[in-house]
Amino acid sequence: MMDIRLEGIAHSYGVTEVLRDVSLDIDTGRIVCLVGPSGCGKSTLLRLIGGLERPSQGRVLQIGAPPEGCLNPLTYIFQDFALLPWRTVRGNVSLVLEDHGIRGRKAAPIIADVLARTRLSDFADALPKQLSGGMKQRVAIARALAVNPAVMLMDEPLSALDSQTRELLMDDLISLWTREPFTAVYVTHNLAEAVRLGHRVVVLSRRPGRIREIVEIGKPLAERGYADPDLDRVQQHLWSLMREEARAADEELIDV
Amino acid sequence: MSDARLETRPMREVRFRGGGFQPERRRWIGVAVFVLVIGLVEWGTRAGWISALTLPRPSEVLATFGELWESGLFFAHLVPSLTRLAVGAALGASVGIATGMLIGLFSYMRAALVPVIAAIFPIPKIALLPLFVIWFGIDEGSKYALIAFGTFTPTVVATYGAVDNVDRTLIRMGQSFGLSWLSIVRKIVLPGAMPGILSGLRISLAIAIILLVAAEMLGAQYGIGAYILEAGSLYDLERLFAGVVILSILGVLVSMTIGFMEQRLLGWRT
Repeated sequence: MMDIRLEGIAHSYGVTEVLRDVSLDIDTGRIVCLVGPSGCGKSTLLRLIGGLERPSQGRVLQIGAPPEGCLNPLTYIFQDFALLPWRTVRGNVSLVLEDHGIRGRKAAPIIADVLARTRLSDFADALPKQLSGGMKQRVAIARALAVNPAVMLMDEPLSALDSQTRELLMDDLISLWTREPFTAVYVTHNLAEAVRLGHRVVVLSRRPGRIREIVEIGKPLAERGYADPDLDRVQQHLWSLMREEARAADEELIDV
Repeated sequence: MSDARLETRPMREVRFRGGGFQPERRRWIGVAVFVLVIGLVEWGTRAGWISALTLPRPSEVLATFGELWESGLFFAHLVPSLTRLAVGAALGASVGIATGMLIGLFSYMRAALVPVIAAIFPIPKIALLPLFVIWFGIDEGSKYALIAFGTFTPTVVATYGAVDNVDRTLIRMGQSFGLSWLSIVRKIVLPGAMPGILSGLRISLAIAIILLVAAEMLGAQYGIGAYILEAGSLYDLERLFAGVVILSILGVLVSMTIGFMEQRLLGWRT
């Protein structure tokens, strides 16, 4: 059992304040979705949680020990998949095991298991250039599963995919979760994804990002479907929260 | 009745304006160009509109080449040259790749070495031959050094450029999975930089062949370069050209080898 707690996180890039006073608890076995207008710092927040960046203020705490056999407690899934193009599907999964001394015969059952769970067993020897976008992201998910993470940090994992592939992959994620609940922080700008996958949806304001509202969705993941009227109501509510800010954020000048 | 028959307004097909700007494989064109140019020169020298002083007759160059082969001198010249090329280029390229990696990976190395490289890149290495002779001796040492030095600088520049171009998201991915620094360099940076390093090698190996001739200017009895220089000082155009043709063939072979390596090592590219 490992929870994550964010305490008074604030972050700036130079004079640009990106996040202000964000405090949040991420509980084991639940998916927390972070939504907000573009440039609200939701991806930055995710990089802070996983230790790829240091917050200017506040701290990120791991509470409790990661589960046994966990090789990499905080594991990312990236928007652009981040697969090594020169390694096969198997090689890409093997990459994250090698540094833990798991290779050859010890790695084979782990790789076979995660590829089976992501329905990629037949493509173990394919190179990324041969795969469709949806398959590439499934390889990235398989790679994340291989290290048995305590928390999955998903940065717009479906945004680079077309809408049909996105639906299919959402179903895949839901069935992965129902078989074996995992903890995840899921950043997205797509409200439909947030209401399908999130147990909690955290709405951030525009820059500097603060938590505006946290919406709990009680309906079990397995019962949520495509064009679900209950979810539509939640989505309407989320959009009403974000609409004006999204417009204002869109008209803001980018100062780099 | 179809709509087309009802239509009375003027009709024409949409003009195609796409296509092009995409290299395609055309076999034998390269060979045909060689055959055409050589044939033209042969015809010109025979017919007399190219004088024997301007260009040697290709068939006579071939005959000279035949003599060289039969006398056994061909390998006597080729083997020392190939050795000098292999040793010098291997030395220069490997030190160059290592230096380029250091510059690409460490900001202090970059700050310290990039100006130095920029300062030595434009020096004509041939001008330094006397210096190399003093430093490394008139024997093979100075020849290796000249070729190595000439291949070193372009390899460094190509390598650190290639390291700079490695996709940073892949490196962040490696860090996020807790890979060690060495693993990231070995498994992500080096293979990611390989395309740039290989195209840099194409240039630096061509430079190595150019410098081979220069290296054999001093203290070489045998070698393609020595052979060409001797023929040149005697104005023996047939022998000069026979030597030049050997260098050209060497260049084509090197380029083909790198092309083959690219196919083997970079098959993952889209």
